[in-house]
Amino acid sequence: MVDPASGFDDYANVVVRGDHVAEVGLGSSGMRIDVDGLVVAPGLVDLHCHLREPGREDAETIASGTAAAAAGGFTAVCAMANTDPVCDHAGVVEQVRRLAKVAGNCDVYPVGAITRGLAGHELAELGAMASIGVRCFSDDGMPVRSAQVMRRALMYALTWDAIICNHAEESSLTEHAQMNEGALSSALGLAGWPREAEEIQVARDLILAHGLGARLHVPHVSTRGTIELIRAAKARGARVTAEACPHHFTLSEDEVASFDPVFKVNPPLRSAADVEAIRRGLADGTIDAIATDHAPHSPETKEREWAYAPCGMLGLETALALTLTELVKPGVLTLTQAVAALTSKPARSRDITGHGGPIAPGTHANLVAFDPDASWTVDPNAVRSRSRNTPYAGLQVLGRVVHTILRGRFTCRDGQVV
Amino acid sequence: MGSVIADLLSMADLDAPTITEILDTADGLRDIARRPIKKVPTLRGRTVCNLFFEDSTRTRISFEIAAKRLSADVINFSASGSSVSKGESFKDTALTLQAMGLDLIVVRHAASGAPVQLTRWVDAKVLNAGDGWHQHPTQALLDLFTIRDRVGRIEGLRVTVCGDIAHSRVARSLVQGLGTMGATVTLAGPPTLIPPGADRWGASITHDLDALLPDTDVLYLLRVQRERMDDQCFPSLREYARLWGVDRDRLARLPEGAIVMHPGPMNRGVEITADVADAPHAVITDQVTNGIAVRMGCLYLMLGGEAA
Repeated sequence: MVDPASGFDDYANVVVRGDHVAEVGLGSSGMRIDVDGLVVAPGLVDLHCHLREPGREDAETIASGTAAAAAGGFTAVCAMANTDPVCDHAGVVEQVRRLAKVAGNCDVYPVGAITRGLAGHELAELGAMASIGVRCFSDDGMPVRSAQVMRRALMYALTWDAIICNHAEESSLTEHAQMNEGALSSALGLAGWPREAEEIQVARDLILAHGLGARLHVPHVSTRGTIELIRAAKARGARVTAEACPHHFTLSEDEVASFDPVFKVNPPLRSAADVEAIRRGLADGTIDAIATDHAPHSPETKEREWAYAPCGMLGLETALALTLTELVKPGVLTLTQAVAALTSKPARSRDITGHGGPIAPGTHANLVAFDPDASWTVDPNAVRSRSRNTPYAGLQVLGRVVHTILRGRFTCRDGQVV
Repeated sequence: MGSVIADLLSMADLDAPTITEILDTADGLRDIARRPIKKVPTLRGRTVCNLFFEDSTRTRISFEIAAKRLSADVINFSASGSSVSKGESFKDTALTLQAMGLDLIVVRHAASGAPVQLTRWVDAKVLNAGDGWHQHPTQALLDLFTIRDRVGRIEGLRVTVCGDIAHSRVARSLVQGLGTMGATVTLAGPPTLIPPGADRWGASITHDLDALLPDTDVLYLLRVQRERMDDQCFPSLREYARLWGVDRDRLARLPEGAIVMHPGPMNRGVEITADVADAPHAVITDQVTNGIAVRMGCLYLMLGGEAA
C-alpha cells in the first residue's frame, strides 16, 4: 500500500466496511480481494478534464467520461466549465453533479467559470457556485485576457479562499497558432505558438495573485520558462499550485510532423528540452499534480486538416500508465512521489476531502489497485471514452489498473468498468 | 522501369539524382510543346484528378495541360461548387475519390500537411500542388529547371530568395531543392518575415538586400501579401517596396548574366517593378512555360513507368 498522505509505504491489508475504511494493517475480515503483487493507493484525483456534457454528448457524456475515469483508476475528477451551456451558474453545477451521481463511476467536482460565458468580461456569480461547494473557477480554454478582470476575480474569490485557475495563453500571440513555435513549425509551414504566450500570462497571474495573497492554480504547464516562474513564485511564498499533463512529459513536438491532428493540443506539444524540464519540475515539486486535460473530440471534428482540427486529446485511461512508464520506470519520480502527484497533492491543492488519502480508519474507501509491472498496448478502439482521440495508439506502456473502488464499491473490477 | 517517385509531397524527400532525373525527363518532354500535335500517348488510360481546395487557376491549368499532353484523362475537382461546399469533410471527399479508382491526385490545399493526410486515405499516388505555407515541390522543380536551363548549372550558384519567407511554401521547397543541388542560398527580408529556425535551413540570412546584390547570380522574389501588413509584419507596401522591392536601380547592381525570378502572380510595384518584370534578366514567363514540362516529367515518373 502506498499512501503519501499518511506516509505509509508497506505491505498491509485494507479492511473496508460499507463505504469506509475500517482498518489498515495486519488484521482482516469479511470477503477477501487478493491484490498480491498490486499496489494499493488512494483513488486517483484529476484536477482537469472535459466531460463535454452538457452540450457535446457526441464526444463524451458524464457517464462515459467517468467510466473512462474509473478505468483509469480515478475516483475524483474536476470537470472544466467549457460546456454548452457554460458552467457559469449553479444550475449547471447541479446538473453535472446529478448526472455524475446517477452514473456512479466517479465523483465529479465541477469547476465553475470565472466569467459569464467564458467571455472574459463580466464575473460569473462565483458566490452562487461557491455556496454549493465549488472551490475552483476557471475559463479553461479561454484565457482571462483583461488584467483588471483577472485581478478582480482573484480578489473576489478570497471571500471563500477559492482557487482561480487561468488558462495560460496570451492570445494576441497565438492567433491561428498551430504548434510550438520553432524550427519545426517553420519547416512544416504551421503557424507557431510561442512559449512566451504562456509565460507572459503566467508571470502576470503570479504577480497579481501574490500581491493579493490569493490562490492561483496554473493548468497544463508546458514550458521550461513557466516552471522557472512558478519555482520563483513559490520561493517568494505565493499561494500557487501547478499541474502538468502526461502528454507534455511523454510526447514532443516531433509528433506533429505526421500532420495527424490527434497530436494537436493546447498548449501544444513542446520541444524535448521542455519535456525534460517538466519531468524535473515534477521531481522537485515545482509542479504539484499530474492532471489529464482529458479532452474528447468526435472523429468527425478531429479527423480534419491539421489547421481546422480542434485541440485536445484523451487522457483519463492512460495517465497512470504514462506516469509509471515515463516517470517512475526511468527513476524521475519514486513510486510514492508519482502516487502523490496523482492523489494527495491534487486533492490538497483543491481542498478535496475524502479523496487522495490518507487511507485510514474512518475515511471513505476510495482506492485503486494497480499492477505496476503489467505491460499493455494502448488501443483507441478499446477506450471507454465515447471518443477515440488518444495520441498513444499502439504505444506499449507499463501499469494496469486492476480495481477502482469508490466508497467501498467497485467502479472498476479486474480491469472492467462495473 | 518502375515508377521513380511514389508520392511527391515535399522537396525534402528528393535527393540530387532524383531531382536530376526529373529535370532531365522534363527536358526530354518539352519538345512536345513545339510540335503541331502536342500530345503523346504515354499516360493513355490513366486518370488524374486535380483536387483543388484552394483557388489557383494558374497551377491547375498547368497541371491540366501537362496531364493532357501525356494523354491522361483529367478530372477537375474544386472545392467551391462541389460537395465540399455542402459540408463534406476532407476525409470523406478523399474516400469518395478513392472509391472511384483514380491513379493520381494532384492536390492543392490551404492547410499545411493536407496532402500528407490524403496519402493515408487513398491508394492513388498523391502529388502536392501546394499546401499552406508548407511545400510546393513542382514549383521548386520548375524553378530549378529554369535556372539550369538559363544558367547551365545549379551547383555553386549564389541564389538570393527575397521577401515573405515565413508564409511561403515556395520558399521552403525552393531552399531545400537548391541546397540539395549544391547552390548557396541567402534569405533576405525583414526579420518579421523570416521564420524562426530558418538559420538551420542551410541558408544564410540577411536583412540588407543591397549589400547582397553584387554577389547574387539568381534573385528570386516572393509575392508579398497585403494581409501580412495587417499582421504588422511591415508597416506599408510603400515601405516594403522601398526596402525589399526590386527596381531598375537594384537590378543594375546584379552581376552580368544574373537572372530574376518570381513564382507569380506578381504584385508589380511592390516586390518587383514593371520594368524589372519585363527586363531581359527576368525569366518569369520561362518559369510558367517550363512548369508544364516539369509537371509532365513528374506525372510521367510517377505513373508512366508502371504499365508502359
